[in-house]
Amino acid sequence: MDASVEKDMITRSEPLRVINSSPGAISKAKARTKRSWRQIRTESVFKRTLTIMGLVMIILVLGILLTLIVQSLPSIKSLGIKYLWSKVWDPVQDIYGAWPFLLGTLLSSFLALIISIPFSVSIAIFLGEYHPKGWLPNFLKNAVELIAAIPSVIFGFWGLAVLVPMVRILEIHLGVEPIGVGIFSSSLILSIMIIPYAASLGRSMITMVPSHLKEAAYGLGATRWEVIRSVVLPYTRSGLFAGILLSLGRALGETMAVTMVIGNTSLIPKNIFAPGNTMASVIANEFTEADKPVYVSALIELGLVLFLVTVVINIIGKKIIDRFTND
Amino acid sequence: MKFNSFKFKSVLVAGTFFAMLSLVSCGGGGGSTSGSDSTSNSGDDNTLIGAGSSFDNPLFSKQFSEYNKANGQKVNYQSVGSGAGISQLTNKTVDFGASDAPMNGKQDSALSAPAIHIPVTAGAVVLSYNLPEVKDTLQLSPEVLADIFLGKITKWNDAKIAAVNKNVKLPATTIVIAHRSDGSGTSNIFTTYLSKVSDEWSTKVGKGSSVNWPVGLGGKGNEGVAGLVKQTPGAIGYIELAYAIQNSMPYAKVQNKAGNFITPSIASVTAAANIQIPADTKVSLTNTEAADGYPISGFSWIIIYKEQKYNGRSLDRATKLLKLISWMIHDGQQFSSALNYAPLSPAAVSAGDAILKSATYDGKPILQ
Repeated sequence: MDASVEKDMITRSEPLRVINSSPGAISKAKARTKRSWRQIRTESVFKRTLTIMGLVMIILVLGILLTLIVQSLPSIKSLGIKYLWSKVWDPVQDIYGAWPFLLGTLLSSFLALIISIPFSVSIAIFLGEYHPKGWLPNFLKNAVELIAAIPSVIFGFWGLAVLVPMVRILEIHLGVEPIGVGIFSSSLILSIMIIPYAASLGRSMITMVPSHLKEAAYGLGATRWEVIRSVVLPYTRSGLFAGILLSLGRALGETMAVTMVIGNTSLIPKNIFAPGNTMASVIANEFTEADKPVYVSALIELGLVLFLVTVVINIIGKKIIDRFTND
Repeated sequence: MKFNSFKFKSVLVAGTFFAMLSLVSCGGGGGSTSGSDSTSNSGDDNTLIGAGSSFDNPLFSKQFSEYNKANGQKVNYQSVGSGAGISQLTNKTVDFGASDAPMNGKQDSALSAPAIHIPVTAGAVVLSYNLPEVKDTLQLSPEVLADIFLGKITKWNDAKIAAVNKNVKLPATTIVIAHRSDGSGTSNIFTTYLSKVSDEWSTKVGKGSSVNWPVGLGGKGNEGVAGLVKQTPGAIGYIELAYAIQNSMPYAKVQNKAGNFITPSIASVTAAANIQIPADTKVSLTNTEAADGYPISGFSWIIIYKEQKYNGRSLDRATKLLKLISWMIHDGQQFSSALNYAPLSPAAVSAGDAILKSATYDGKPILQ
């Protein structure tokens, strides 16, 4: 059997060598060389394109940072570092302090994160582990993804028309000033908006847990809850955390929906029901009519602070993810 | 996984878009990087370009479309806000700017050549409130208004409010104040008025398109403030007259300098502008001397360079611009009332005519 095959191959290779010198074969061989040369070229062009695209992103991010720094120089020079913790924002007298807005941004974003985590983790487990297939899970999955696609101004409008009156009723029951709009309302809106980010990343992580691990745990007599608690969640926690981090980033930068329900006051919020303001919302509100160079510059510096806050939170998050993955 | 990669891509695309957008807007805001002579190369030579006040936009759209029908002159107006309109004029990227507030000292000094202000329309700021129990129209005196917005009067049945509303039964509701959160000409008119009538307001808060409000909630745009007022029992907020009329919101009578309580209307705003107008027309109509004028009114101006020969502009273009503005303050005024803008008073029209004639091209007057 083996010998015949070998013999067959040899007999086939014989005529090939003969045809090699015929004009047809030469042109074929040339075409092949050409094609391979073209393949190489395509390969290198493709590689170069990828590199350029990657570099463009880096240049863009650095460019934004540079623009923010350069444009906020006038304000940094005249206001100094105390800009970060001074509490008064008074464009009439050129006094600018970012503290109320820094506080408002962090407060509303982290509150939103705390509200959203139970929902996003539950949805991720439900879709990833309990019901990966079927019409209801499919419907739920699409609904969650749709939330990410709704423009934020619609959330803001819905918040103002529906959520704020409900919060006002809650505030009457709690005995705080019943104004409806405020940090709490904006956190509620934000928490709904950021659920898809953590939920869909978490879901895909949970579906990727190797089935032999789960089967082994079931084989040892573990219940479903025990499998989730001691196999699925430990295995996916870095992924879940990355999703939560992504949603926090979204919450920090959200502008339109927040500005419609947060109450937009430069006073420092006394409690979570009090009106406040966020950095993104102040920039969106005041940028068009900022009529003095220092004012414009102070607003851009606000953008710089927001940029840096996002970067710092991301770095801390990456460190935490690394630690999770290492043990 | 498929969803995930799709998601990642869309996030990337959105990120790039946002990044470009922010680069562009930062460049524009700084003003230093903007081109110097885009007037001459933007669009065809026949289109005049303007930018500024969003308050003027509905009136301007109507006026410019009518003017185009009559004279075949296209005008491209960008409703970007008064402050942005002035900075575009400063950078010479537009033929004219439009603003709800006259240029301040700092803006003036940023200009490379003197500019002139021509009043084109007038508007008013009204105080809308949410008091379902009160059927009569509320009356407000300047002192009461200032005290409410300073946070010194906190209940609707306060003795000071009751004193100017003798026959009205006021509820014990807490006052919730709504103001604009975005910088706006409306805020400028309102805070200018409060600064004139209250020394405490003038020293504590001051006037401007954005101020540090002592109390209250901020809403974005007229619709934001109106939304807060409609929703919150006991709320009071200031909005443009046109917006309040169109949305049939209740608004208060305000006592003017002569002591009369005036209902804001197109007629009472025009009346407020029938006063002695200075030659440069940069006058605030707030707290007007006119006995039948509504006190929280203000002009809106078109601002152009006094010397029209700059950046290689042609005499033809300068003439077209001045003819347009002249038409706007005369024939164009007939479209005001239907859109709830107050037509210019005779005093304002003649002041506008005089200052238009002072515009020059290469030192020679353009309009005879």
